[in-house]
Amino acid sequence: MYGVGGGGFNAPSTASGKRKNQEDDEEDEEEETGDGRVLEAWERAYADDRSWEALQEDESGLLRPIDTKNLVHSQYRRRLLLRSAAAAARIQKGLIRYLYIVIDLSRAASEMDYRPSRMAVVAKCAEAFIREFFDQNPLSHVGLVTIKDGISHRLTDIGGSPESQIMALMGKLECSGDSSLQNALELVHGYLNQIPSYGHKEVLLLYSALNTCDPGDIMETIEKCKKSKVRCSVIGLAAEIFICKHLCEETGGSYTVALDESHFKELLLEHAPPPPAIAEYAAANLIKMGFPQRGAEDLISICSCHKKVKSGAEGYICPRCKVNVCELPTECRTCGLTLVSSPHLARSYHHLFPVAPFDEVTFKLGQKGGQNCYGCQQSLINSASQSNLHVCCPKCKQHFCFDCDIYIHESLHNCPGCESQRSLP
Amino acid sequence: MTTTHSKLYADDVSLVVVVVDTNPFFWAGAALPFADFFSHLIHFVNSLLLLNHLNHVVVIAAGVSSCAYVFDSSNAGASGAADVAATLDKASRKVEEFIKQDARETAGNGTVAAGGAASLFSGALSIALCYIQRIFRSGTRHPQPRILCLQGSPDGPEQYVAVMNSIFSAQRSMIPIDSCIVGTQDSAFLQQASYITGGVYMKPQELSGLFQYLAAVFASDLHSRAFLRLPKTLGVDFRASCFCHKKTIDMGYVCSVCLSIFCKYHKKCSTCGSEFIRVMPDLNSMPDQRQ
Repeated sequence: MYGVGGGGFNAPSTASGKRKNQEDDEEDEEEETGDGRVLEAWERAYADDRSWEALQEDESGLLRPIDTKNLVHSQYRRRLLLRSAAAAARIQKGLIRYLYIVIDLSRAASEMDYRPSRMAVVAKCAEAFIREFFDQNPLSHVGLVTIKDGISHRLTDIGGSPESQIMALMGKLECSGDSSLQNALELVHGYLNQIPSYGHKEVLLLYSALNTCDPGDIMETIEKCKKSKVRCSVIGLAAEIFICKHLCEETGGSYTVALDESHFKELLLEHAPPPPAIAEYAAANLIKMGFPQRGAEDLISICSCHKKVKSGAEGYICPRCKVNVCELPTECRTCGLTLVSSPHLARSYHHLFPVAPFDEVTFKLGQKGGQNCYGCQQSLINSASQSNLHVCCPKCKQHFCFDCDIYIHESLHNCPGCESQRSLP
Repeated sequence: MTTTHSKLYADDVSLVVVVVDTNPFFWAGAALPFADFFSHLIHFVNSLLLLNHLNHVVVIAAGVSSCAYVFDSSNAGASGAADVAATLDKASRKVEEFIKQDARETAGNGTVAAGGAASLFSGALSIALCYIQRIFRSGTRHPQPRILCLQGSPDGPEQYVAVMNSIFSAQRSMIPIDSCIVGTQDSAFLQQASYITGGVYMKPQELSGLFQYLAAVFASDLHSRAFLRLPKTLGVDFRASCFCHKKTIDMGYVCSVCLSIFCKYHKKCSTCGSEFIRVMPDLNSMPDQRQ
């Protein structure tokens, strides 16, 4: 756990000695100001701040504070290139996902190495994840399962509304007993077997425990999940466990172990974009969907979701059975038709037509024009202090700054340059 | 950039990015000549700048073959916003240049059929959003951004995905998109944009009084809007149109791989080429599994 980022601390060369002393002096000053704490000041400096993680070695071995902006950008580019490599191979995305989030609420979840406890951190991050998930996959469904006292229990039915899931999760936060991987998988497997064949079945386990207390042979369960094409992924909070790794390898999921809270959140949010679909995992099919309209103002009816009297203009009318529903996307409670609106479909299109990654370029002196970022008009020359590194779209050849690069690929999903050009035949 | 003022930003300081349609095919036949329209716009921009000395206005032109920044009040000079004549001069010169440049590019491109081309609103919206993100980055206190689209020409169906992407990105950053239609047809794109992002959509009846509409409806800052009775967007049609006949449909079939919409059952998806296995005639009408 402490291995990451420690390299810089363990390698003080002679040249860096001076710099390190400066750092120590600063810490000494902090010591004097903060008294009355439980930890000794020197302990606190290392345990809380992890000051060595804010340092990196440059090419001549000197220790420098990490240049966060460039670091963030280079990390982001690595992710982007990884993703676009997958896109280049024309891997399809599983856009209609049925995901069960399994939360381990065994004794181990009360550990305090994450603050205030593993359980609280998991719940907080799961909430953010569920919102992000529905934002990115409006046609998908999520359900929650918890493991406690060796028994798994379904907290919520698989459904399309983020609010009801989050509410159910926040109400049930207590932990005790052992954890059981097999029980959880058996339960989820049973539920996922009922979903339509075009859906992608996924399980995401947030596993705090270091052991599993199973009633039978877990290998059989893993084999069963593999057979019914359930993609199982695990995020561990403690340490790597063989059985989890085996499970993920067998079923085509990913296994990661979090270092700290922010890393955990990052790992969790990586599961929000749709994963590349494996062709035989879900059969391509046409799904019958309804596109309901708002009802007329003077139509008074009882909505099928809350059983309350509503005027037509507050809800949507199912085109097949004319029942009133409050929000989209949903499934009609009466006739089972999937009800969506066209923006919900449009929200998923960017996964299918991603913006090509931009190329990194530097300025040549005397190059004419294009000295400002095409998106935000920021000057590309002064923004970076030492280098004039920036990016350029391979299609439209417009130049962009790093900030716009991240915004365009992470949120906008349009290249402003390509969009403001009429495409040639 | 007015970073020195960052402490002075109150609720009612706005950043307005105006996207202007400069489509020559539309303006050639419009009831209101472009020159008149543009003077309405300049007066509107000036009145925005006079409302609060920290207000910030950017004008982006959306042409047929390109988009460009036309005016940015942050580099208009320190003389203050009140210099009406100078602003008008500078901006109109820039717009003229842009229109000429755009016309040259259009002429060089054989695909633009005379009279049939839509303006590149997707590009102009993307640029506007990039600019607003830069303002967001400039500090924790910044003016409240919003986008105003002045559209005349009809929507370009090929821009659908890009416009929707821009709308969702604006919605995430809580940037309202106001729209004012100066043409004859309602715009389905902008209706959705304003509805989803919480902006105002309006199609003025009497274009000779355009400035009045702009000043009365679109000049109000986001903070004041809570107290005002602005025109509401009613009845936005969120039904989809099928990819095969472009008909608006109530119920249809959606490909599970690429989400293309069809009005009839097909054996193969015409967009992504996946073959559909034949299942029971209607999967959804099976008795609900929950019961």
